[in-house]
Amino acid sequence: MDPGRFFASSRVLIVAGKGGVGKTVSAAAIASAASKTGRSVLLVEVAGRSASAPIFGVEPQGYEQVIAVHEAEEGDPPRGRIALRSITPDQALLEWIAAHGFKGLVTRMASSGVLEVIATATPGVKDLLVLGRIKAFESEGAFDLIVVDAPAAGHAIGFLRSPTGVRDAARTGTIHRQAVEILDLISDPARCQVVLVTIPEETPVNELIETSFAVEDEVGVRLGPVVVNSVLPAVSGLDIDLASLDVSDMERAALQTAATFRAGRTALQDEQLARLGADLPLDQLHLPQLFGTTIGTAELEVLTDALLAGIEALPEADS
Amino acid sequence: MSADTFAELLAERQVVIVCGTGGVGKTTTAAATALAAAEAGRRAVVVTIDPAKRLADALGIAELGNTPTVIDGPWPGTLAALMLDTKSTFDEVVRRNATDNDQAEQILSNRFYRNVSGTLSGTQDYMAVEKLAELYDSGDWDLVVVDTPPTRDALAFLEAPQMLSRLLDNPIYKLVIAGNRGVFGVANKAAQTVMRQLARVVGAYVVDEAIAFFQSFDGMEKGFKERAQATLALMGDERTAFVLVASPRGDTLDEAHYFLDRIREADLDADAVIVNRMLPATGLSLQQSNALHSSLAADTDAAGAAQALLDLVTAAAADDDRVAELSKAAPLAVLTAVPLLADDVHNLDGLRVIADLLTR
Repeated sequence: MDPGRFFASSRVLIVAGKGGVGKTVSAAAIASAASKTGRSVLLVEVAGRSASAPIFGVEPQGYEQVIAVHEAEEGDPPRGRIALRSITPDQALLEWIAAHGFKGLVTRMASSGVLEVIATATPGVKDLLVLGRIKAFESEGAFDLIVVDAPAAGHAIGFLRSPTGVRDAARTGTIHRQAVEILDLISDPARCQVVLVTIPEETPVNELIETSFAVEDEVGVRLGPVVVNSVLPAVSGLDIDLASLDVSDMERAALQTAATFRAGRTALQDEQLARLGADLPLDQLHLPQLFGTTIGTAELEVLTDALLAGIEALPEADS
Repeated sequence: MSADTFAELLAERQVVIVCGTGGVGKTTTAAATALAAAEAGRRAVVVTIDPAKRLADALGIAELGNTPTVIDGPWPGTLAALMLDTKSTFDEVVRRNATDNDQAEQILSNRFYRNVSGTLSGTQDYMAVEKLAELYDSGDWDLVVVDTPPTRDALAFLEAPQMLSRLLDNPIYKLVIAGNRGVFGVANKAAQTVMRQLARVVGAYVVDEAIAFFQSFDGMEKGFKERAQATLALMGDERTAFVLVASPRGDTLDEAHYFLDRIREADLDADAVIVNRMLPATGLSLQQSNALHSSLAADTDAAGAAQALLDLVTAAAADDDRVAELSKAAPLAVLTAVPLLADDVHNLDGLRVIADLLTR
């Protein structure tokens, strides 16, 4: 599939997954790949910390928008600008209240603990307001694509369920209307798709499969391809006999340990990838495992290229 | 007082709280910790939160349950486990604290209560702590191990015991309780204004239910507050150990550092750090592996093994650096490294392997 078409198919991509699967890195690679097709991208972090700034080699600016990549000059290869933004539920709540004409009350409510009661009275309201902020970014239209690094920690499904939850809990009022509007956004595949991230290991794959069905059935969200992060690159010749090799015994033992370990991990990984493919009818995009200490601009480039190659290898969409 | 080994820590504490982000084997580590204590002859119980299915099967706790299931095995102590049921734990808390049956039923049928007890994110932490206190108070156990919900914020768990008493301390609650009649059952005029504004935002129905909820708790605040204080004291002194579970991957170690910063804000510290998923050692340095990789690059037979070696040593060296940094950040904690295992835990034998690795 042409990456340009791939990234033009939705305005918002929500990148979700459990903690520890490399969701932030995957979201950064998606933003970077979209930018290479010439689209401008806003990468929104919901976790509250700017973990993606260092990946792009820029300084985090907190709540302020940071330009991580500039638009290409004429004649250069296409490159859309990438802006990073970090939002927290508390800021989203205050902004939302201000934007809905409760201005004078905001400070008083915040100081009197009323905000906590609103959040308690309607579970999911904080997640909903974060989604509301994202919807506002979408309607502002300043970017071709909005990539959302969704909250982690067993939270992916709760985050996506929040509009349904709030709609049913608060049956009238401003917040109810907000929930309905957000449901319109996230259930419209032309506006929003969810990309789930996992790693090729047993428990994460199980959880991904469960989450996928829950997200599609209960929330009515269209799932894009699954991103499988940390896939070991294939290495051939791991089973050769090292006995006749002209190296020291210590080196031979080290080579043997590494070859056995790699072969074992690869077999486990292939088993999980096959299971994922068999149990979940979604395309997979693989990102290679990186072995070094940090993930910076050079590593991001590797992941971006892998992602673009993976998208190109996908079948054309029917529609 | 700080223990020198993880085994010592398990021998001297009465409560172990296992913290960390998701995806690092936290629940498995919690279960293995209880098993290690049982192997040392203690009566140990583990409260698990949302365990992976195979771990639950291995422990024989496939169903949510609020009473510990004893797991038979060849250990001198006792091992028991339960899978926390947040909703029914909360119901039990209400029943225990209510002045009579009517009050309990009134609260349990309130929709606002049902929202709070079933889905509110902090509720899971709160109920894990409640369960911890209940098991501790029962006197049936030498060691209570508690898995914590996947949150990046250590303080969420430490603040959990106060969730309800803080909610009941809310000015809204006081306004509601102060009055007895009026549009929303509120006499105070200022309170009415606030309530009307709130109704515009979330709908009058939600506000009415919330008020009914607060009113129905009348008279119970004191009990909740005392309980919260007792539990905080238990978690804050030397009866309790905090164990931080991490993996050497960059993103999860960042979270571990954040966790340590936050727990210190509460004047507490991690007593042990367990780093799971450590890569195997090869005996060669990164430099040696690089040299070997170059010298074998032209050897088509051995090039694959050489690449595998360089990748492994590069990754292991990066992991070691990050673990050393974490160890520096928690100088008083016992650091235990657990190797990357071929498979997830499928049975008790698998769990015993981890228990042995933790205490060897």
